[in-house]
Amino acid sequence: MTGFTTTVRAPDEITLRAIAARLRGRVIEMSYAAQAAHLGSALSCCDILAAAYWHALRIDPDRPDDPLRDRFILSKGHAAAALYAALAFRGFFDVAVLDTYCQNGGKLAEHPPAHGLPGVEAATGSLGHGLPIGAGMALAARIQNLAYRVFVVLSDGECNEGSVWEAAMFSAAQRLGNLCVVIDYNKWQATARSNDTLALAPLRDKWAAFGWDAHEVDGHDVVALARCLAEIPARCDGRPVALIGHTVKGKGVSFMEDDNNWHYRAPTFEEVRKAHQELGLA
Amino acid sequence: MRNEFADELTRLGDIDPRVVMLSGDIGNRLFDVFRARHSSRFFNCGVAEQNMIGVAAGLALSGLRPVAYTIAPFITTRCLEQIRVDICYHEAPVIIVAVGAGLAYAGLGPTHHACEDIAFLRSLPGMIVCCPGDAWEVRAALRTALAQDRPVYLRMGKKGEPLIHSEVPADFAFGRALSLREGDEICLISTGNILPEVVHAADALAAHGRSVEVLSMHTVKPLDTAALARVFARCRVVAICEEHGAIGGLGAAVIEWMVDSGTRAPPGGVVRFNTGDTFFRLSGEQDFARAQLGLTGPQIAERIERVLSGKAAA
Repeated sequence: MTGFTTTVRAPDEITLRAIAARLRGRVIEMSYAAQAAHLGSALSCCDILAAAYWHALRIDPDRPDDPLRDRFILSKGHAAAALYAALAFRGFFDVAVLDTYCQNGGKLAEHPPAHGLPGVEAATGSLGHGLPIGAGMALAARIQNLAYRVFVVLSDGECNEGSVWEAAMFSAAQRLGNLCVVIDYNKWQATARSNDTLALAPLRDKWAAFGWDAHEVDGHDVVALARCLAEIPARCDGRPVALIGHTVKGKGVSFMEDDNNWHYRAPTFEEVRKAHQELGLA
Repeated sequence: MRNEFADELTRLGDIDPRVVMLSGDIGNRLFDVFRARHSSRFFNCGVAEQNMIGVAAGLALSGLRPVAYTIAPFITTRCLEQIRVDICYHEAPVIIVAVGAGLAYAGLGPTHHACEDIAFLRSLPGMIVCCPGDAWEVRAALRTALAQDRPVYLRMGKKGEPLIHSEVPADFAFGRALSLREGDEICLISTGNILPEVVHAADALAAHGRSVEVLSMHTVKPLDTAALARVFARCRVVAICEEHGAIGGLGAAVIEWMVDSGTRAPPGGVVRFNTGDTFFRLSGEQDFARAQLGLTGPQIAERIERVLSGKAAA
């Protein structure tokens, strides 16, 4: 193990909250500039991204291909704007690249691409792909005797996909204790309440029944998230960890919170201004 | 072919620590030697092919060289989305190995037939599609696949197929057909496990005094366009033989090449031997299915004779 400090430090709540607010502000600007969908989904996971990229992950933006780095996969690829903002703010590429989001000829498509963008570990967007790929990466760590961890963020709607549960059973069978799933459980999918669509609840019990060390957390509590993510592998029994993060779609902006119209709507200029005010960025 | 595949994989696993074997709960005892020698690199992924392909992609993106193996329809059409996105879009060097090409498992019924897989896999950007004609070609293809830095689909028969070569073909390369016989009147182009029937057909035609070229065109993508240009310019009839449907297989690929390259059909025409555009719904083993579909060696020879004598259209 070279290059990555494993010293456990206490999460800095004020810094993490400020970063999450900046991510939200940038994501809203990007959605406005591109008139792109999935803003509610991106706002939902900003605290998870802040806790991961600014506390838990052992990464070096200058060495995005380091074999020892932790892997982070945003399996809910439709929230790509939040991932792009996090990677840019964290130094993986120039913040100015964010201005090319969804523009003709750019690298930042509405879903994270394969190749060409430092820090993007896997192209996602078709749901149910991130966890099997992440399981493969976690297994590769064991085969190659490397100490990195793999973090995969899923949406609750994504748990409709059978491949998620195939990967859940595989990961438990292989005792991939270096693998952690975070469910961004905002109770909505594209067109309906997730629990009215398919019977997801009780989600923690489902993951526990599939052999995971499953916990419910407040998915907007940056300190709790940071602590949980940092301590992976959390158990010596080899169980992979599932964090059921209770979240609010559109989190951080009063007129977007829990309003599923923002799955597809993009904000007006005036709405961007109001949102920035609420986030304390104006 | 599958026993030689398992043996070759074990040899390659001995010398290359990147080789990881993934099985979709198939191949009872087939991989016992590999498992015994490389227990940390063998995984039975269960009957969960979508996950197996995603895991393979994750392993490949982490510097390993996974080989994912199960029955043809389950490692192709069952998880085509994962092959497309996780493997091909990421250009992940995964070797996908199918057992039971075409009608190899005829007796198990259409759920276990694979007469569409070449079409699907061939349409995916960056994918090499290789259908070895005998167990020696399987060994060569696996070695060659491991030397690639990109996705490869290997489409095998099952076991006990006649050997056509007597050793690993020395000049084996993806996209380069192997010439088994040279001739200038008829060219029989074969891909995959139908090769023994094609060789029988060549014998029958030669017995009638015909000059027959036989190409084992093990790679459907990329096509050996130089070999095609050569035989199209030289032969009176070109026959394309595959245990695959009429749509999207080698025959279709050759016709696409003809149009794209402006190559004219030979004077006697192009004759296609395939399983048509239908499910084979009768019970029975592979030999029976081939006979029903006109894919046995004597049937191939007879149809070509009729085309040559003008009694049948190509």
